[in-house]
Amino acid sequence: MINYLLFAAKRFLQLVAVVFSGVSVAFFVSHLSPIDPVEAAIRRSTRNSNVNPEAVEKMRETLTALYGVDVPMWQQFTNFWSKVVVGDFGPSLLSFPTPTMDLVLRALPWTVGLLLVTVLGTWCIGNFLGAFAGYFQNNKYLKAFGIVTMSIQPIPYYIVAFLTLILLAFIWPILPLGGGYAIGLVQEWSWVFVLSVMKHAILPILSLILVGLGLWFLGMRALVSNIISEDYVVFAELAGVSKPKIVISYVMRNALVPQLTALAMAIGGIFSGTIITEQVFSYPGLGSLLVRAVNSGDYTLVLAVSSVAVAAVAVAIFIVDLLHPLLDPRIKVE
Amino acid sequence: MFKVFSDLMRYNIEFAIGFFLFLFVFIFGALSFFSPVDPTQIYMLVPDIKPNAQYWFGTNSRGQDLFWQMTFAVRNSLLFGFTVAMMSRVLSLVIGLVSGYAGGWADRILMFVNDIFVSIPVFPILVLFFFVLRDDLTTLNLAILVALLGWAFDARLIRSMMLSLKHREFTQHAIFSGMPMHKIVLKEHLPYIMPIVFSTALANMIWSIGIEVTLAVLGFANISIPTFGTMLYWANNHSAMIAGIWWWILIPVVFIAMTFLGLYLLSVSLNEYIDPRQRLRRMGGGS
Repeated sequence: MINYLLFAAKRFLQLVAVVFSGVSVAFFVSHLSPIDPVEAAIRRSTRNSNVNPEAVEKMRETLTALYGVDVPMWQQFTNFWSKVVVGDFGPSLLSFPTPTMDLVLRALPWTVGLLLVTVLGTWCIGNFLGAFAGYFQNNKYLKAFGIVTMSIQPIPYYIVAFLTLILLAFIWPILPLGGGYAIGLVQEWSWVFVLSVMKHAILPILSLILVGLGLWFLGMRALVSNIISEDYVVFAELAGVSKPKIVISYVMRNALVPQLTALAMAIGGIFSGTIITEQVFSYPGLGSLLVRAVNSGDYTLVLAVSSVAVAAVAVAIFIVDLLHPLLDPRIKVE
Repeated sequence: MFKVFSDLMRYNIEFAIGFFLFLFVFIFGALSFFSPVDPTQIYMLVPDIKPNAQYWFGTNSRGQDLFWQMTFAVRNSLLFGFTVAMMSRVLSLVIGLVSGYAGGWADRILMFVNDIFVSIPVFPILVLFFFVLRDDLTTLNLAILVALLGWAFDARLIRSMMLSLKHREFTQHAIFSGMPMHKIVLKEHLPYIMPIVFSTALANMIWSIGIEVTLAVLGFANISIPTFGTMLYWANNHSAMIAGIWWWILIPVVFIAMTFLGLYLLSVSLNEYIDPRQRLRRMGGGS
């Protein structure tokens, strides 16, 4: 147990380092932007009216202080971090003066929900079917399934999402075209709202699963087809252990560990796929927020979304890594 | 080399399919060198003509011949993928070799950096760069950026290969017979590693073209030159689906699917060829 805690602590330090460097890179990249956040905010608020030049000057002072851009870069950097640790990324330009963190927090549950359902779904279904496909190599249906996933898996998330949208919402309109819930509904815990959310989530989740399934299915199939020639599997077969039992508790159990490692490595890519899928279905998550922020030149919001994205992915990988020693008793936690 | 190729063609159906798909797309892209039209010009023809004998793929709402547009798109996208793959291969090879061979502190630092690159989501970072660079984000700059973000997985793979090669007996022999270190790495170990570099290069091409498509579809790239992504961007921009110009969407999608499938099948079958255990199983031996 002590060993496990030490391992977790070490891994946690790494998490902090990843988040720190990722967010710092995001900070420096976004501060090289030619868009001056102060001037942009002033332009936005004085666009349709005549404003006293003195008032504009006052506004400029206040905004400069608010964005903290009047000090040298390193000081901006330390100021930025001292605010970020308490979750303050400054006000948004797009919907001034709402704090960007509010916008991000409003979008985050949608993305996390989508990501959680698809990652768990594809990982479990893909590994389960893959193990059987690797064990029963001559099964027609599993073979056909393998060919289908193999031909969908390499296609980018965007294309698959777009095609499912065209097929199931445009040509054969059985599912809604986009959005997180029906227009006009109030966000509350009622049956109508929850059902609407579920109905709108079907298409994005379907397209993410279609692309994501192949990775786990094919990986598991390859792993299992290596394992089945091991002595202990042959022994179990000769001893008369039922075949499904061999697959699940003899073969799959051993192949799950490398698949968990693969999961930790794939989460970044799956996240990128999720945010692009959100954009296709105008799902109200981080992806749509990011695209909207870029198109409207919202400097603080872009920074906040990217930082939260880096942190979210790092935390997800951290959690997967913590599961690792629990699944594989052979790994002695150093 | 040719022997390997003909073996693969004969015994590995996936390789054959992948090869022909890729060859088709490649030749199609090469046609762009004979194109009679400049792909950046718009309103050269009557817009929205359905595919017919004269215009095989029809024309789009911007008055461009989709056939020649598509050839340029294929060429640019493949070239992009190839550039990224080459650059990131160099990075991952150097970093993988160094950290596998040097071990100790150099290895620990390099792998720490590697872990960061593996776990950073690429897409938001690239969007951030587009946000800052805007028009300065040319295709070449984008390729460099994507290559800088895409070496980490394979560097780790090459490192673990190196670690195992380092402890093999023939390495000891070479050391005791006085072969200098750089020669051991280049002459003895590189032949083991090159196949992996090659098959990961194909996987990396798939990944990088996918990123280009994703960025360009949103308009987050240089939208004036035709690529897979920008063709879809313009189609969406003119609401091609709603306007009933289905061929403007369908044709790029078909070509994208063919390209990705071809590259993927090639990389999978090469991977299998490299792994002798899997090759044996296909031939009916082993297991």
